[in-house]
Amino acid sequence: MTMHRPSDRTLLFATAAFALLSLLIPWWFISMHAPQYPDGLRVSVSLFNVSGDTAEIDDLNHYIGFRPLDTIAATERKMAWLAIPAALLPLLGAFFARRKYAWLTVLPTAVIAPVFVVDLVTWMTYAGHHLDPHAALSNSISPWTPNFLGPGGVGQFRTFAMFDPGFLFAAAATICAIVIVARVVRGRWAHA
Amino acid sequence: MSTVGRKEFVTTLGVGGAAALLAGCNTPQSGSSAGSSASIAGLGTDAHGIISARNLSPSDVTAALKTYVPSGKLDDYYMFASGGHSGQVLVIGVPSMRLLKTIPVFTPDPYDGWGYNVPSQEMLAGAGVNGKTITHGDTHHPALSETNGDYDGEFVFINDKVNARIAVISLKDFGCKQIVKNPFIISNHGTCVTPNTDYVIETSQYATPLGWGYAPLSEFKTAYRGAATYWKFDRKAGKIDPAKSFTIELPPYFQDLTDAGKLASDGWSFTNSFNSELATPLDYKGGPPLEVGASQNDMDFMHVINWRKAEALVKSGAAQRREGMAFIPLEQAASQGILFLLPEPKSPHGVDVSPDGRFMVVAGKLDPHVTIYSFARFQDAIAKGGLHKDRYGIPIVPFEKASIAQVKVGLGPLHTQFDDRGYAYTSLFLDSAIARWKMGDENGQGWTMVDTIPTQYNIGHLGAPHGDTTKPRGGYVMAFNKWSLDRFALVGPLYPRNFQLIDTTGDKMQMLYDMPIGQAEPHYSQVIEASLVKPWAVYPEVGFEAVAMAVDPKAPKTLLLADTGVHTTADGVEVRMAVVRSHFQPDVVKVAAGSNVTWRITNVERAKNAMHGFALPGYNISVSSEPGSEQVVRFVADKPGVYPFYCTDFCSALHLEIMGYFLVS
Repeated sequence: MTMHRPSDRTLLFATAAFALLSLLIPWWFISMHAPQYPDGLRVSVSLFNVSGDTAEIDDLNHYIGFRPLDTIAATERKMAWLAIPAALLPLLGAFFARRKYAWLTVLPTAVIAPVFVVDLVTWMTYAGHHLDPHAALSNSISPWTPNFLGPGGVGQFRTFAMFDPGFLFAAAATICAIVIVARVVRGRWAHA
Repeated sequence: MSTVGRKEFVTTLGVGGAAALLAGCNTPQSGSSAGSSASIAGLGTDAHGIISARNLSPSDVTAALKTYVPSGKLDDYYMFASGGHSGQVLVIGVPSMRLLKTIPVFTPDPYDGWGYNVPSQEMLAGAGVNGKTITHGDTHHPALSETNGDYDGEFVFINDKVNARIAVISLKDFGCKQIVKNPFIISNHGTCVTPNTDYVIETSQYATPLGWGYAPLSEFKTAYRGAATYWKFDRKAGKIDPAKSFTIELPPYFQDLTDAGKLASDGWSFTNSFNSELATPLDYKGGPPLEVGASQNDMDFMHVINWRKAEALVKSGAAQRREGMAFIPLEQAASQGILFLLPEPKSPHGVDVSPDGRFMVVAGKLDPHVTIYSFARFQDAIAKGGLHKDRYGIPIVPFEKASIAQVKVGLGPLHTQFDDRGYAYTSLFLDSAIARWKMGDENGQGWTMVDTIPTQYNIGHLGAPHGDTTKPRGGYVMAFNKWSLDRFALVGPLYPRNFQLIDTTGDKMQMLYDMPIGQAEPHYSQVIEASLVKPWAVYPEVGFEAVAMAVDPKAPKTLLLADTGVHTTADGVEVRMAVVRSHFQPDVVKVAAGSNVTWRITNVERAKNAMHGFALPGYNISVSSEPGSEQVVRFVADKPGVYPFYCTDFCSALHLEIMGYFLVS
């Protein structure tokens, strides 16, 4: 065996640590700038909440019929309080699971980050294309796909969206988990 | 225009213009004829073209450079200026001299909603006179709150001379929080704070029977009195506490301005007066007018008050209680070492205490000198005792025992401010100028006149950054001129007043800027470093009522239907309305004719600057609605009809759509 038990243990601890750290901080943000907002507006999204200038952005969004931010992925955020512990708990099982089932214990952690991205992109696309037709400025703004990463724009606003460190930790947890799965698949995984 | 000739002229003046800039803008006042244009090294041809085209002198150019605050940049100082008989306070940026705000205090203001919403109406009514609500005032002397004798940027106090009232303004929202009516005197003039704002001092101007009584003018000497009220300020509450305040009865000498002692003279206050003759208007015997009658004696009296001793006397329980506060009668003040008189040249005006508190400077008004008194020598004199007394039994410290120097500054000296380099500046009303003079020592040495600068015209007060504190900042003085004559485009017979900004950093003072004040006649102003003032950008919570400085539990706070709507109460109808870009909720309000309507309007926005307004036709209602604030208006819906109300602030692209109907059936 070229891989040593401490490495496996380290990987597992790293997976858990990255995953836990990611829960404490935001995962993604979008900032918006317009002439009358020289300091900009910013919204941060974490697994459990949406924070920042949500009231102001909702107020602006109502002109174009974009749904209130707290209605986006509301169910997912509520479920996260159960789903995230449920995903992380099996990591403990890695210490006890038979070698060939060890990958099952890290898989739930591995999918958190990808599921987040897919869910967010899906919601933003949905919201951008389902504007309230009765909104005051519904004639002025055509349905659009808000940018998920990088620069974008709507109306007089320039926007910029990017991952926050929380997502990077989650992605690191995913990578660690993939390495674990790879070791299991290649039979190079010992009991941690 | 002969471009060739112009270019040659520009080249000729080039060196002088460059020198002016490099020398830190110490260009002597050269007047408009000194140079019709100037070339300044390093400036592009565009700048030279502008200088030529606008016929600017080097001095004009440096003045422009010193005062111009580029778009997007902020001023270094706030100037709080009294609004005179507009009853308001003006806030002006320095050095740009841009008007930033008008703070309504004694006068209703439909822009702000002051006098239109219930809390301000109740405040104005509560500060009424003999049961009458007074909707004007004559504001003279703003006094910024102080800590250790220097402005702290938390509050401004302002007097109403005509009705003897004092108002408290919070610099959290630049709004009036309290008005107190002096129960003893009818007019005031002197207003200042003690070095830690323990007290706001208010001194009377025109003597009357105290407490609004009547006595004929024939009893002027016996029945008429002045007073000094020391209003206790509760900084935590942000309010004056009348019950912990005290008033000292004064003789009817027509007290004038007041300054509080500081550092060496902390615990004392100084008030001058101008009618030791005890003359009255037109005299009850048909004598000369007051201007003559009150100007006969060579000396008038500075009133020197040991307010700390008075405070101790009040705390000991030895003072009377009248009109809800402690009261020290004249005889008690005179006999207990609280009140002294110090002769001053006839009919003086300002009395100003030096930054170290060691000297009192009295401006002569009818005498071309400023007279400097030593506080230490004054104390020596009272310690030695054996003082003569005036007709009211008040000990008089002889002029020569306390005065140490006089500086001949010019005609009509009125007020004095100080800088950080040991200079004092005195306004000269008759000369229309400001005199700069050097301060000296306790032995009377070194008190010397330096120079003057003309002002345009008839200067009253002058101001300077922290110029009446223990830590003057220097750099500028401001001339607050009564007349503007030829300084501004004519706007009819009622001229703007002229505020002038003057640079004092150089060997010669330089006039920088004229600012028209197109409303009433400001008197004094105080100038504070902008960084010391920390206002709110928005009210801290939704439903905040600005007079109470707290969230009103009754305020609507959300757009929720449960939180808004029209309700019948024991008092009539209560409308709970939220406003947001771009609608009122509710936007239809139906009441029966004759209903007593209480209308609460909350701007539920949290974004900076997201203003709304509310105007209701036919019922004299206009209020502004800042983010988070609650406005309350009350009226009787006495006439049936359809009244469209709307947002008076262009709040959004859908501003015209932000309206509703008030239906009275």
